[in-house]
Amino acid sequence: MTDSAPTLEVRDLKTHFFTKAGLAKAVDGVSFTVGKGEVMGLVGESGSGKSVTGFSIIGLVDPPGEVVGGEVLYNGKNLVGLPEEEMRQLRGNRVAMIFQDPMMTLNPVLRVDTQMMETIKAHDSSVNDAEAFQRCRDALGQVGIPAPEERLKSYPHQFSGGMRQRVAIAIALLNKPDLIIADEPTTALDVTIQGQILYEAQKLCRETGTSMIWITHDLAVVAGLADKICVMYGGRVVEQGSIDDVLDNPVHPYTHGLLGSVPGGNNKRGNRLYQIPGMAPSLLNLPQGCAFQARCPRGDAACNIEPEITNPVENRDVRCFHPHLGESEDESEGANA
Amino acid sequence: MSEKVIDTAPAEEVPAELAKVQTPFRRFASDFFESKIATVALVVLIGIVFIAIFAPWISPQNPYDLASVSVLDSKQPPGSQHFDGWTFHLGTDGAGRDLLSAIFYGLRISLGVGVISGIIALVIGATIGMAAAYFGGRIDTLIMRIVDIQLSFPAILVALILLAMLGKGVDKIIIALVIVQWAYFARTVRASALVERNKEYIEAATCLALGHNRIVFRHMLPNCMPPLIVVGTLQTAAAISLEATLSFLGVGLPVSEPSLGLLISNGFDYMLSGLFWISFFPGIALLIMIVAINLVGDQLRDVLNPRLQR
Amino acid sequence: MTVFIIRRLMQSALVVLVMSFLVFTGVNIVGDPVEMMVSDEADQEERDRVIKSMGLDKPWYTQYGLFVVNAFKGDLGNSFVYGEPALQIIVERMPATFELALVSLFMSIIIGIPLGVWAGLFPEKLSSKIVMSGSILGFSLPSFWVGLMMIMVFAVMLGWLPSTGRGDTVEILGINLSFLTADGLSHIFLPAVNLALFNTSLVIRLTRAGVREAVHQDYIKFARAKGLSNTRVIMVHLMKNIMIPVITVLGLEFGGLIAFSVVTETVFAWPGMGKLIIDAIQSLDRPIVVAYLMIIVLVFVVINLVVDILYSILDPRVRIQDVKS
Repeated sequence: MTDSAPTLEVRDLKTHFFTKAGLAKAVDGVSFTVGKGEVMGLVGESGSGKSVTGFSIIGLVDPPGEVVGGEVLYNGKNLVGLPEEEMRQLRGNRVAMIFQDPMMTLNPVLRVDTQMMETIKAHDSSVNDAEAFQRCRDALGQVGIPAPEERLKSYPHQFSGGMRQRVAIAIALLNKPDLIIADEPTTALDVTIQGQILYEAQKLCRETGTSMIWITHDLAVVAGLADKICVMYGGRVVEQGSIDDVLDNPVHPYTHGLLGSVPGGNNKRGNRLYQIPGMAPSLLNLPQGCAFQARCPRGDAACNIEPEITNPVENRDVRCFHPHLGESEDESEGANA
Repeated sequence: MSEKVIDTAPAEEVPAELAKVQTPFRRFASDFFESKIATVALVVLIGIVFIAIFAPWISPQNPYDLASVSVLDSKQPPGSQHFDGWTFHLGTDGAGRDLLSAIFYGLRISLGVGVISGIIALVIGATIGMAAAYFGGRIDTLIMRIVDIQLSFPAILVALILLAMLGKGVDKIIIALVIVQWAYFARTVRASALVERNKEYIEAATCLALGHNRIVFRHMLPNCMPPLIVVGTLQTAAAISLEATLSFLGVGLPVSEPSLGLLISNGFDYMLSGLFWISFFPGIALLIMIVAINLVGDQLRDVLNPRLQR
Repeated sequence: MTVFIIRRLMQSALVVLVMSFLVFTGVNIVGDPVEMMVSDEADQEERDRVIKSMGLDKPWYTQYGLFVVNAFKGDLGNSFVYGEPALQIIVERMPATFELALVSLFMSIIIGIPLGVWAGLFPEKLSSKIVMSGSILGFSLPSFWVGLMMIMVFAVMLGWLPSTGRGDTVEILGINLSFLTADGLSHIFLPAVNLALFNTSLVIRLTRAGVREAVHQDYIKFARAKGLSNTRVIMVHLMKNIMIPVITVLGLEFGGLIAFSVVTETVFAWPGMGKLIIDAIQSLDRPIVVAYLMIIVLVFVVINLVVDILYSILDPRVRIQDVKS
């Protein structure tokens, strides 16, 4: 997929939270790359560390959290440890972020045009107001908001949730960034809106060549949208590969379990829906060795040591001692007979 | 490769983080004492209460016993000697009374009036507030209108007018202070009672046809206690301060029950001639008492605030 | 917007009316003014004459009715003590009190808000902790005592500032203002600081609380994600959100300042309305008390109205809601 140097290369990123209750290793050695124009789905359940990964890349991890190791190479430049002023110049400009809850992302007491125009003016002070207004209007049109001129003069609470999220996307696109990090942007919206936004996001990325990291817990979302997928569990990447490969042949037992618990397919109607047994571990209390061990049908004594990333299958990163290799769907566990 | 039989029922894994068994009170106490300042304040407060209760026994002199006071001792600076041999540690006032003793007695009155009026106001205000929240509708609107209007007028003004109408006397002061304070309690209790009222367990209790009294006092009240305690503490400090101010202005407690405010007012005239201690020390005592109560109340508020729970 | 204003005006008028009734009936329970006007030797005939001349023989509702009618004419009776129209006496002294209150308010804003924002943004720093402890002292300290100590230190011991009274005034538009003269400033400084103590502490704590809450909101994080400078995030995004509750409280506290000036004026012998009312209460000068209360009620109602309007201007969410209703 990638024809040139990757836009983003994350190497062994570690972000830890030093809380009163203990040390939480939210991101514990995460590595992946995102190529130019590529959409990567970062998938995991709550508490897997996926959102923190996103914040770590853009440098917005608040205390008591801190990036303690690894590198985040944006076009070759390491963002970890970059002086704050340089980081600020990148944010909203070359690397943009969209948040989960559109209700609170926009400042309720400022007009939409203020909040959009300031993004432009923060990075290019030569732009005058009229020009900035034009660009904002065009951006709103791009994300499918009707009557953009009027909308610009309104306040956020006058928009619906879906519209607000579109505004957030428009803001992210204003300065034509190379990378957009979207942190569960459609989770708070209802399904029909979700579909629209996904479609538009995909279209925009194709048109502008922007790379995207789409953070979500919903496999269905990434299935239609992403080029590659990166599955996280307990702060670590457990499987990574191209979307079609992973969805057709999941190798890591966790991915296997996730796919196995999706309704339809092997989960026939009338039978009990398969669930991965147990609960995700708390990041304060990760078990020794493989984090998935307690819930894994394949777990044994060997899993008490943390597995390293291997490539049992071509173009696939897997962190497991007992990956699913070359099995047909009928034999794989998790399917109801 | 071993294959386990999958148990499709969710496993019962409870994360073993709740190791220590802590009673709520122990947890509250340890949270409270986290702040050294508040702990010190609490100790000081206990000391003050002790002094207030035992004032007649620990004061060097009963300043209101005319026999033991001599005008020849008046206006003595701190450290000077009584002819009997003991020291006026804080000096004497214009009538020859030992200031230290006067302060002890004054603490008694200031604290007593403040606490009594606070408790009465709390009981009245809390009852009204809960009634407003529980019955809702018109009753609620009416009560809250009254509360809002009263609270929009500054306490001192309301107190002044009331005292102008009622005259002097300890009981009148307490009445005035109660009338000034009940509204805060009513509003606070109503707010937390409303939150409780909408919770399902009240609905359940109502379905069980428990009497109003029982629902309100046994179910809603315990959950309204935390903010009530905080407001009660802070209001007591405010009441003490208000009473002192009123006494200073001459509309407060009568001369027969000299609170710290009156002592300070007595010293006003001597100040310009440089006899500062007559106003200074009672003021310090008042200050320490109010600050201590406020610090304790502040820490209580931080500890009991569910939003700040870590 | 106009509907909103009209509705609030009507509510305010109602409050004033109700308060006038309460004030009137309340104050008329106070003592017996006849005793004051008449010497002890006067016989019943003399008393009757006085009662009649003061209209005290009429039933209370007639008295109240007369009171209201006269009030609209601007006549709130004559002071028992001074013999002149009560309203006039009070109005003469209003500028002094208002001046004191306004200077205090100004001080508490320019000191309180920056300190509060600082303490909210950097709660762990030593300077912030000092500021917060200071603010606890600020509203714990009985202000009359602090005033006394201030006089003690700055006037008596150090001799830097005058201890009592108001300074030279300059007349502007018929009103005498003293803070425009150097002498006036030196006289107003101590009382204004004294009066501002409580308010400044309140402002500091409010601002800090507002900042601490707002700083964790998503929109602040989003603003930073857009690459906005810290200055802009604080001064525009943060401030506009916390300003709303702060200004509301400040506005309402202004009324409190006017009321509390009673104490400050007593301590510093400042010739305003406050000192007047204390004396009037002690001497049972009813008309003055009534007139003062009516003025205060009016002032409060106007302040509440202004604050409400200001609030709806500042918070666009309130505006729209009200239009819909």
